[in-house]
Amino acid sequence: MSTVTLRSFEETLEKYDPALGLEVHVELNTESKMFCGCPTEFGAEPNTQVCPTCLGLPGAMPVVNRKAVESAIRIGLALNCQIAEWCRFARKNYFYPDMPKNFQTSQYDEPIAFDGWMDVEVGGETYRVEIERAHMEEDTGKSLHVGGATGRIHGADHSLVDYNRAGIPLIEIVTRPIVGAGAKAPEVAKAYVAQLRQLIIALGVSDARMDQGSIRADVNLSLAPTGADRLGTRTETKNVNSLRSVERAVRYEMQRHAAILDAGGTILQETRHWHEDTGITTSGREKSDAEDYRYFPEPDLVPVAPTREWVEELRATLPENPTQKRARLQAEWGFTDLEMRDTVGAGALALVEETIAAGATPQAARKWWLSELARRANDAGVEVAEVGVTPAQVAEVQRLVDAGTINDKLARQVFDGLIAGEGTPEEIVASRGLAVVSDDGALGAAVDKAIEANPDVAQKIRDGKVAAAGALIGSVMKEMRGQADAGRVRELILEKLS
Amino acid sequence: MPDTSGSTASARVEITRAEVAHLATLARIDLSDAELDHLAPQLSVILESVASITGVAGDEVPPTSHPLPLTNVFRDDVVVPGLTPEQALAGAPEVEQQRFSVPRILGDEQ
Ligand SMILES: [Zn+2]
Repeated sequence: MSTVTLRSFEETLEKYDPALGLEVHVELNTESKMFCGCPTEFGAEPNTQVCPTCLGLPGAMPVVNRKAVESAIRIGLALNCQIAEWCRFARKNYFYPDMPKNFQTSQYDEPIAFDGWMDVEVGGETYRVEIERAHMEEDTGKSLHVGGATGRIHGADHSLVDYNRAGIPLIEIVTRPIVGAGAKAPEVAKAYVAQLRQLIIALGVSDARMDQGSIRADVNLSLAPTGADRLGTRTETKNVNSLRSVERAVRYEMQRHAAILDAGGTILQETRHWHEDTGITTSGREKSDAEDYRYFPEPDLVPVAPTREWVEELRATLPENPTQKRARLQAEWGFTDLEMRDTVGAGALALVEETIAAGATPQAARKWWLSELARRANDAGVEVAEVGVTPAQVAEVQRLVDAGTINDKLARQVFDGLIAGEGTPEEIVASRGLAVVSDDGALGAAVDKAIEANPDVAQKIRDGKVAAAGALIGSVMKEMRGQADAGRVRELILEKLS
Repeated sequence: MPDTSGSTASARVEITRAEVAHLATLARIDLSDAELDHLAPQLSVILESVASITGVAGDEVPPTSHPLPLTNVFRDDVVVPGLTPEQALAGAPEVEQQRFSVPRILGDEQ
């Protein structure tokens, strides 16, 4: 594995324009597979969800899952695509044992949906991402490579294949090259995948779990000299399994391409693998040409010809479009443009929405997700949605704050407990002993102690300098590990020193 | 709808030595120069024989991928029982950890 010296991101942008392309695979959440009745549960014991069809046994005949076609059409419509009046499946032939049939059933030059777009917002600017196509295909089996040092193919002496996943319906969504994003390219890539994921969730067609592979992104990137009216040679980076990685992989490939081009080298058109742990890509195989897959129309499946009535019926089931929805929510919540932009940028829009639905005020919901929880997510290197706290829990924590049971500072320790899986917010307050003390007996003793320890401050307050009380409150809070009712402490100090 | 699968009307189909070499690479088959020299003309003959079928249909017969004029044959999204793992793996040359054991994979993931 050779290491390369990267160009800095700034140097890269001085000389080159990036062009992005994204291929996103969405695993549909149908009950049964694309062409057979096998179940699709994640994490089942190996080879327990298979039948003659998805094992490619001779004579087995595939039949298309209607629900999968409906989901494909709904995704296409939500991406402003045209829906094909007539299209076919095709066999994609290749040499790899993850499909027992020795081909993958996909679509080739007749995708079910094509020519769409999605507007993506980054830092207040809108980028229109053009969708080339969304086509139907089936997922492949999962391989374990045995005998190698790292579980990778290279060095393994044999492989073990589980076909449970083979045949689960997938929709592959392919963008046209996204040009003109410049320095924003990594963010645009991430925002596109994030927004697409939100759309998929709103459509209810997939679990949309990147960590379980139900959404998988391949990132294509090329550089061209600034101002050149052409695209450079692209690389396709696979295995990019989190939103954060999408951004990092784009940035890395931009800097790697720039280093090679600056040194007078040429970019090899190839597949590359993203390594989450080290944040680099490594060379995979040379990219096959489409003709190498010897696509031909699948003779065992008849064409799909969605009637316009069916398409319109499905269009009527689409959720509110994201741009309109955002405008509506901003008005409802009374957020400023900046607050709304930050919420969307942090990937917290749905979280804030659900937290408000669970009873929190808009400002409280925004405050927790964008400060405390965003910071923790950042520290842990995960998206805020994956931080380990649910919107309902955030609303519950805020209820405890509003009730005076805890204060904001103690709430942070409740989040610690939630992330550690210690139970409900209320249970954590009890088990960690976090409740605010407003009992005059305990507070009075702490106040007396603070007055005794700070005679100068006490004298100032007696002389009428009420502002000095802050120092004593701080001292009491410290004494009581942040668990004192600050309002009551202040009252007690002023009573005692008046 | 245009058909992308049909070949041209001409029965002259030639496969070059370079194409055979490329296909061998895709199939992870190591072919010597002598084997390439030997195979390329043979494969051309086979392709030509198969291509002769294109001469049967006149211009009035459109290329078609499916013999039946059917579209939209669907099944409902309902789970039906498949095979037990024992049945599924019964035909496997080798089984390990309830999985199909396959020889070392040459080349990279698709
Ligand atoms: Zn099956």
